[in-house]
Amino acid sequence: MKLVAVTSCPTGIAHTYMAAESLEQSAQAAGHEITVETQGSAGSEPMDPAIIAEADAVIFAADVEVQNRQRFAGKPLVQTGVKTAINDGPGVIAQAEAAFAAGPPAETSPAAAGTGGGGMATKVTSDAGLGTRLRQWLMTGVSYVIPFVAAGGLLIALAFALGGYEITDYVPEGSTIVDVFEWGSLDSWAALMLAIGGTAFGFLVPVLAGFIAYAMADRPALVPGFVGGAVAVEVGAGFIGGLAAGLLAGAIVMGIKRWQVPKALRGVMPVVVIPLLSTLVVGVVMFVVLGAPLAALTEGLTEWLNGLSGANAILLGILLGLMMAFDMGGPVNKVAYAFAVAGLSTGTEASLQIMAAVMAAGMTPPLGLALASTIRKRLFTEPEQEAGRTAWLLGASFITEGAIPFAAGDPLRVIPSIMTGSAVAGGLSMLFGCTLRAPHGGIFVIPLVGNPLLYLVAIAAGAVVTAALVIPLKSTKRALQQEAVLQAQEGAPV
Amino acid sequence: MSDQTLITADLVDLDLAATERGAATRSLAERLAAAGRVTDLEGFLADVAAREAQMPTGIEGGIGIPHCRSAHVTEPTLGFGRSNGGIDWGAADGPATLIFLIAAPEGGGSEHMKILAALARRLIRQDFKDRLHAATDPADVADYIRQEVTPK
Repeated sequence: MKLVAVTSCPTGIAHTYMAAESLEQSAQAAGHEITVETQGSAGSEPMDPAIIAEADAVIFAADVEVQNRQRFAGKPLVQTGVKTAINDGPGVIAQAEAAFAAGPPAETSPAAAGTGGGGMATKVTSDAGLGTRLRQWLMTGVSYVIPFVAAGGLLIALAFALGGYEITDYVPEGSTIVDVFEWGSLDSWAALMLAIGGTAFGFLVPVLAGFIAYAMADRPALVPGFVGGAVAVEVGAGFIGGLAAGLLAGAIVMGIKRWQVPKALRGVMPVVVIPLLSTLVVGVVMFVVLGAPLAALTEGLTEWLNGLSGANAILLGILLGLMMAFDMGGPVNKVAYAFAVAGLSTGTEASLQIMAAVMAAGMTPPLGLALASTIRKRLFTEPEQEAGRTAWLLGASFITEGAIPFAAGDPLRVIPSIMTGSAVAGGLSMLFGCTLRAPHGGIFVIPLVGNPLLYLVAIAAGAVVTAALVIPLKSTKRALQQEAVLQAQEGAPV
Repeated sequence: MSDQTLITADLVDLDLAATERGAATRSLAERLAAAGRVTDLEGFLADVAAREAQMPTGIEGGIGIPHCRSAHVTEPTLGFGRSNGGIDWGAADGPATLIFLIAAPEGGGSEHMKILAALARRLIRQDFKDRLHAATDPADVADYIRQEVTPK
């Protein structure tokens, strides 16, 4: 029998090679030919495609994602961790013999062909702990979301730059951009970009949820993931709802895949049964279980904020800051933002101050994370660093969603940091008595800000505080280990 | 830096006194630090512990291979310790008697990494292990290992 194998481990200096040696010895002892590709730090030489083509079975002994695994698609596959290969080489070889006897995989090969390559973090196969795997699932979702954030966010920013903040009112109520578009009008183009950008943003949460689910349970999980994410948008649950939908969808599909089903049904499981059942369950949970409490929460928060109108202004600024950063476009954020916009129509000094505080607080999360990912690159994964570069412009344009890639990948460290930063920005803006009469626009509406210099100081302070918190939080040993695993998974030698 | 310096006699301890993973790692790391190959002992130990925390590095057959890439390492280095009583290193089949502390510099060149790769491959060869079990002289051990991992 002809075997090919790939070995890889987080550090890439020891286990990768030990596993290779063990597999080579065991294969020879069993009378097989084997070629091993060591994806370690001594540099990985891709195996000759001709060898792969001739191979009867494939072994992945890997604790991090195998690079370019689609090269091996369609072959009988044994997946295991490096330590199993080291400790029990003959056992792994025996599994490969069994896999060869069972023939090529029916379901896993197309999924395997879809993963890997392209620099995207993909699915996870390892003996890693649940925490690490959870983070890898989230990062997979994040890596697919980043292009949407960048494309949508930059289009929206450009729309504001070209058309001013009134551009949101360009399309009259009841019509669409198609009705009013004029080729020769700059404002038309700006409004069009706003519409396109907004459409791209509409995908953020569904794509996030869909690819988290995909990372957990492959292609059958895409449908419940995407649909669950779309329902999260529908019920106003924001990106946190999307995280929940993605994880739920992945978990349900993982569960269904364990069912022992009659052979006759096996063929329709991945294309019909699993997507149908899991989508139904996820949809019901998201609509019914999540929808009603969220509506109640939104109502309760709004009432509570309205009751606070007479409260200490700085405290209100801090509170609104915390809310703006908590879920970036989710229910809590929306309540704070709607509270500020509703006040604008009254035009009082106090309401203009609230608007200013809310916008400052919405700008600092992307700015702070952009700052952190610029000065401490190695704390962030490659996709996060890319997200960091666009986050500067997104933050400056008051597109808080620019922070979502960071928050979705590492919520427990990122969200408290950006909330604190936004609280500082909101509180300072109130303290300085800054005002704003536009509901959005970021730096493009600075001319409309009362007390603009101190306003910029408030935003800068919020961004610096965000970075100053997120850097030490991400520097803890535990965080660094997870990062090491993820970096290796993305193909960058650690 | 030539590959001749992966390990020297003063990095070999044929009678490791420590009975516990942390202490054994520390005593080998102290030898690395004394030889000037590790610049910050505590920082290096933290890096090793971080790797160990991910998954214990014990391998069946009585081997422990604490290792890491660390900014505090100046050149690829191996510290070798033999414990006659055995030390639990997290392997399923019992304690480790041969401890290899592998220190790789951050961003080391691929030539250096090839030496470590060759070493890793030797670690699961029975004749390599037998020889180390039987050894009586640190200088012999260092010579033997150097010779084994030199690219042929």
